[in-house]
Amino acid sequence: MSPQRHRLAAGGRIDRSRPLNFTFNGRRFEGYAGDTLASALIANGVTPVARSFKYHRPRGIVGAGAEEPNAIVQLETGARTQPNQRATRVELYDGLTAASVNCWPSVNFDLGAVNNLLKRLLPAGFYYKTFMWPPGFWMRYEYFIRRAAGLGKAPAAPDPDRYDKMHCHADVLVVGGGPSGLAAALAAGRTGARVILADGQNEFGGALLDGGAEIDGGPALDWVAAAVAELEAMAEVRLLPRATVAGYYDHNYLTIVERVTDHLGAAAPANLPRQRLWKVRAGQVVLATGSVERPLVFADNDRPGIMLASAAATYVNRYAAKPGSRAVVFTNNDSAYRVALDLAEAGIEVAAVVDPRPEPEGPLPARTRARGIEVLGGQAVVAAHGGGRVAAVEVMGLDQAGGGVIGESRRVRCDLVCVSGGWNPTVHLFSQSGGRLRYDDALAGFVPDRSAQAERSVGAAAGTFALADCLARGFEAGLEAAAEAGFRRKGRSRRAPKAPAQEEAPLRPFWVVPSTVARGRGTKHFIDLQNDVTVADVALAVREGYRSAEHLKRYTTMGMGTDQGKIGNVTGLAVLSELVDADIPSVGTTTFRPPYTPVGFGLLAGREVGALADPVRKTAIHRWHEDRGAAFEDVGQWKRPWYFPRAGESMHDAVNRECLAVRNSVGVMDASTLGKIDIQGPDALRLLNWVYTNAWDNLKIGRCRYGLMLGEDGMVMDDGVTTRLAEHHYLMTTTTGGAAGVLAWLEMWLQTEWLDLKVHLTSVTEHWATVAVAGPRARELLSALTSDIDLSAKAFPFMSMRAGTVAGVPARVFRISFTGELSFEINVPASYGMAVWNAVMMAGEKYGVTPFGTEAMHILRAEKGYIIVGDETDGTTTPGDVGMDWIVSKKKPDFIGKRSLSRPDTAREGRKQLVGLLTQDPKEVLPEGGQIVAEPEKKPPMKMIGHVTSSYWSASLGRSIALALVYGGHKRHGETVHVPLIGKTVSAVVSEPRFYDPEGVRLRG
Amino acid sequence: MLLIPCPWCGPRDETEFSCGGEGHIPRPADPAALTDPEWADYLFMRKNPKGVHTERWVHSQGCRRWFNVARHTVSHEILAVYKMGEPPPETGADSKQNRT
Amino acid sequence: MAEAYLRLSALAHLGLEARAVADPGEAGVVLSERPGRGQIDLRGEAEDAGFLGAVEQAIGLALPLEAGTTASGGAATALWLGPNEWLVVTPPDGQGAAAEALRAALKDLWAAVTDVSDSRAVIGLSGRHARDVLMKGCSLDLHPRVFGPGRSAQSAVARALVLLHQTDEAPSYDLYVHRSFAEYLWLWLEDAAAEYGLAVVSGG
Repeated sequence: MSPQRHRLAAGGRIDRSRPLNFTFNGRRFEGYAGDTLASALIANGVTPVARSFKYHRPRGIVGAGAEEPNAIVQLETGARTQPNQRATRVELYDGLTAASVNCWPSVNFDLGAVNNLLKRLLPAGFYYKTFMWPPGFWMRYEYFIRRAAGLGKAPAAPDPDRYDKMHCHADVLVVGGGPSGLAAALAAGRTGARVILADGQNEFGGALLDGGAEIDGGPALDWVAAAVAELEAMAEVRLLPRATVAGYYDHNYLTIVERVTDHLGAAAPANLPRQRLWKVRAGQVVLATGSVERPLVFADNDRPGIMLASAAATYVNRYAAKPGSRAVVFTNNDSAYRVALDLAEAGIEVAAVVDPRPEPEGPLPARTRARGIEVLGGQAVVAAHGGGRVAAVEVMGLDQAGGGVIGESRRVRCDLVCVSGGWNPTVHLFSQSGGRLRYDDALAGFVPDRSAQAERSVGAAAGTFALADCLARGFEAGLEAAAEAGFRRKGRSRRAPKAPAQEEAPLRPFWVVPSTVARGRGTKHFIDLQNDVTVADVALAVREGYRSAEHLKRYTTMGMGTDQGKIGNVTGLAVLSELVDADIPSVGTTTFRPPYTPVGFGLLAGREVGALADPVRKTAIHRWHEDRGAAFEDVGQWKRPWYFPRAGESMHDAVNRECLAVRNSVGVMDASTLGKIDIQGPDALRLLNWVYTNAWDNLKIGRCRYGLMLGEDGMVMDDGVTTRLAEHHYLMTTTTGGAAGVLAWLEMWLQTEWLDLKVHLTSVTEHWATVAVAGPRARELLSALTSDIDLSAKAFPFMSMRAGTVAGVPARVFRISFTGELSFEINVPASYGMAVWNAVMMAGEKYGVTPFGTEAMHILRAEKGYIIVGDETDGTTTPGDVGMDWIVSKKKPDFIGKRSLSRPDTAREGRKQLVGLLTQDPKEVLPEGGQIVAEPEKKPPMKMIGHVTSSYWSASLGRSIALALVYGGHKRHGETVHVPLIGKTVSAVVSEPRFYDPEGVRLRG
Repeated sequence: MLLIPCPWCGPRDETEFSCGGEGHIPRPADPAALTDPEWADYLFMRKNPKGVHTERWVHSQGCRRWFNVARHTVSHEILAVYKMGEPPPETGADSKQNRT
Repeated sequence: MAEAYLRLSALAHLGLEARAVADPGEAGVVLSERPGRGQIDLRGEAEDAGFLGAVEQAIGLALPLEAGTTASGGAATALWLGPNEWLVVTPPDGQGAAAEALRAALKDLWAAVTDVSDSRAVIGLSGRHARDVLMKGCSLDLHPRVFGPGRSAQSAVARALVLLHQTDEAPSYDLYVHRSFAEYLWLWLEDAAAEYGLAVVSGG
């Protein structure tokens, strides 16, 4: 293992007593607790750390936070591997393993760098231009491009970790735990409001963690510690470190990604989730999201060793890691002078501060000069030199306008270039919330202008940079937010924290250093490092007419990387504005979208995976089916027994046996899932007449009637049997899948249209278990279980209901049939369902009672030609289409859907109509969904005249049967039609859609 | 995720509700008296304003009651919530001065 | 009433009684199935004093009229379900007599009394992390300032619709869930509670 050659001897917030081992690109290194992967790599002098996306150029670490565009790593291997991790946000833990992405075969020798030599072939818009034609070729190119590019690999094995979600409500949510956010949280917390403070870093303090500043007359970090301690002691304050606010949605709904154990590696406690997604509804939001420094663009500004000035300071001050040994600072503002002083203090030689401002004056430049550092005013770094890492920069004078370079070029040797082009307030969340941005000339950047939600931005996020102002404004915002949430300042809320004022000279807006050679020839000026977008690319896009910010973004892919262009976007807009000769505000900005930083799919799935992916609804009798080895069919969320195979039986065998048992003896089915709606009230009858197509006036108490329900468009929506239980009391049944929808449908009409109808609806689907006993011996079977119900055909006719006891349990027995056989449906309270089912099985033993599943049921009803809503209908099917005009009342003046039945299209001849199909070869079972044609000899595409809706082998008939919707089908009986399949065409004769006992003798028996 | 104030249960997440589309479209008293175009208008034609829209929602995962909502379709601001059968309030549901 | 031994609770097949401990000890979350309660869906006009009086006369209970509240009286507890709808919860096997009394008292009014005792299973959730477990799947604000003992609400917990009733300060909750969803919800609760330590107790 190599020693930490670039670790400073003292300082930083790392714990030198806790060394940690890690592996990067196969090599083992050591870092310390408190390091990020990035700081540990810097402390070990590892460079380059990555290859770029398009040109595969070597890249180093640029930032120290969420903005990092280059140091994107694949973390860990195997099932736990995570692509697309920013090394600057990965906390080091013992045993960490990471690898560069975009490198093949290795970061130091990269075959893909051939792209760099072929760069003339990969201009902006290369995806569009090169690969749009010929059609079909894109797929071949894509394979290689995706392989050569990409930002890592998705894991191939199931994720072994657990992920959690948490709903949370807050009076005030403070985003960002820097000085502004801490002050806001303190102020709000002291009022007693419920406060959440979330920060992406492992500890609170934000920029203060770099040290140096003073608050309330002492070191700022002492104040941070005291503030955090005070907040921790508040019962209604929730502190969330390692928690990135990822999205800001409507009505102050925000999502927070908390990395709970990511930083612990193998030491993570087993009971804790890896990450937690907080879904927060906040009364008020304070955005204290800080700012991101932006670079200055010069020739080959992507060389490793060129980084944001603030990042260099962070590595030195916070992590005691030396990003270089001889630095050039290139800045258009005062903030980087502080960096120069910090570097010098840490023993890093600062060769020069290069500043485009003609005469940098003020306390910071003065202190810099006093420290013996050369300040080169009115000059700029025009180019970087060096292969794997920057070795020198070229400095030249700038003309007054900054548009050209003058004088001799001077070469300055260095291995570190700290750049600062000013600061971009982090307005991503503000922008997501719908807030409007404003271009601030003094900052040369976008700041929040008008809020769209109950939100306020403070501190650097609002363009306020002086620490004293951040503290004051943060505190004030915390008080305001709490007050608007209904919490007033209490006596004990103390004054706002204070910091000494600092004097800084204004920045000089400056974006791209003029070049001595034409841009794009030989050297590259990078704007978006992650997506390899250069100044030349923007210029090309503009030449080709892409002059709006949104078009430019899509054409060049600028800002479309996983960093969303946090560093380069404003620079890109500035370049665009120069090229189209418009000011930046009128060029506008692109839309920021959630998430702020990438979120893993595992977290979004949460615990809704595996058995908990979706509810599995089970009937009261489910366990019996399971114990008997039933195969199950999903019907909505229900598990219904599909068939009950015996040892050695195929599905076909089992289903045939079940069908024949029902036809010849007796079968039993769990019909508990059918929807049941209890309808009570004096206007119940009026409701039925409204929603069903047939008339209900003469239904006697204790009798049942089948009904068909239409949408207002006249199309079949649901069907079922409704029973009159008492004068003003009915029980409606619906299809299994339609249960919730039908209840909602009826409620909608009652509550929005027929407010005067006195009817109450109650779902009783779940209260009842339903055991359907069907077959010629059903009566015999049931007679053994009940003594108080007269089961004779005369006393208990078809389509009637009797209440009594079955197997000692109070029951409602319905004599209805979906199989065409004599059939009783026994309804008992669900808790008795299993007992009654078992009693039926025992009583039926001597008849060979056979449990049957949904497949047999479907066949039995198809033999009878009974439709299933959703199989024989598809939302474009009228009652007439399925041959059910008989159930549509001609007398009722109105019902839902009636008017639509006379619309020209619903009333016309020749619509798709329900027919039976009998294949010429009775052994041939047509596939459901098969398309029907009249002229099979024609070449495809031939005219299709219908489709098969249901198709089965009928064991009772010893042949195949099918139902189909065919244009003009009612007039085609006897015609031969054809279903072309792969390798053959099946011919069938159109018939009545009734194959078994068409007179219905059996079910009335 | 909208926060919708159910007139009975108070503010709840949008996921607890179902939207029933545009409100204040009464079912014609005598559909048979309507021409086909008139019936089609009732059945199919809806406003799609950029601005304030009055629509029906039902608290389907809560008290299962229907109510009216006046919502701005751009900002999603909910300007009013009122019961079925009540007229739209003066938030300018049909006003020409819809904010954008 | 039929023989009680013929009845099976919604979660009977999970063998919870065998897992039940007498003392949950350090467990942060305590779960139980609370089977057998009588449940009646009651509908009527909340504005009608006659209706309210008749209910009180019949079962000794003044119905709660404010959304999200509950009231107890006689042997029953009523949970507000909607502006004209309540769930009347009785001790096991009490639903028959209560429903009969209500039907008799309300026979001349526009009201509906429906026995739905087997519609919903009841899961008891308590322990010092009970609220945290709910927050993982429920978007209601359950903070004591907003939702305290005696409050109830219908909402979703994970992907199941739940009628939630907070029964004490601890807090303890009763989760009424449609019977077919009970196993899903139980498994979900067990998974969500794993972080805090889980104990199953007898809820009979």
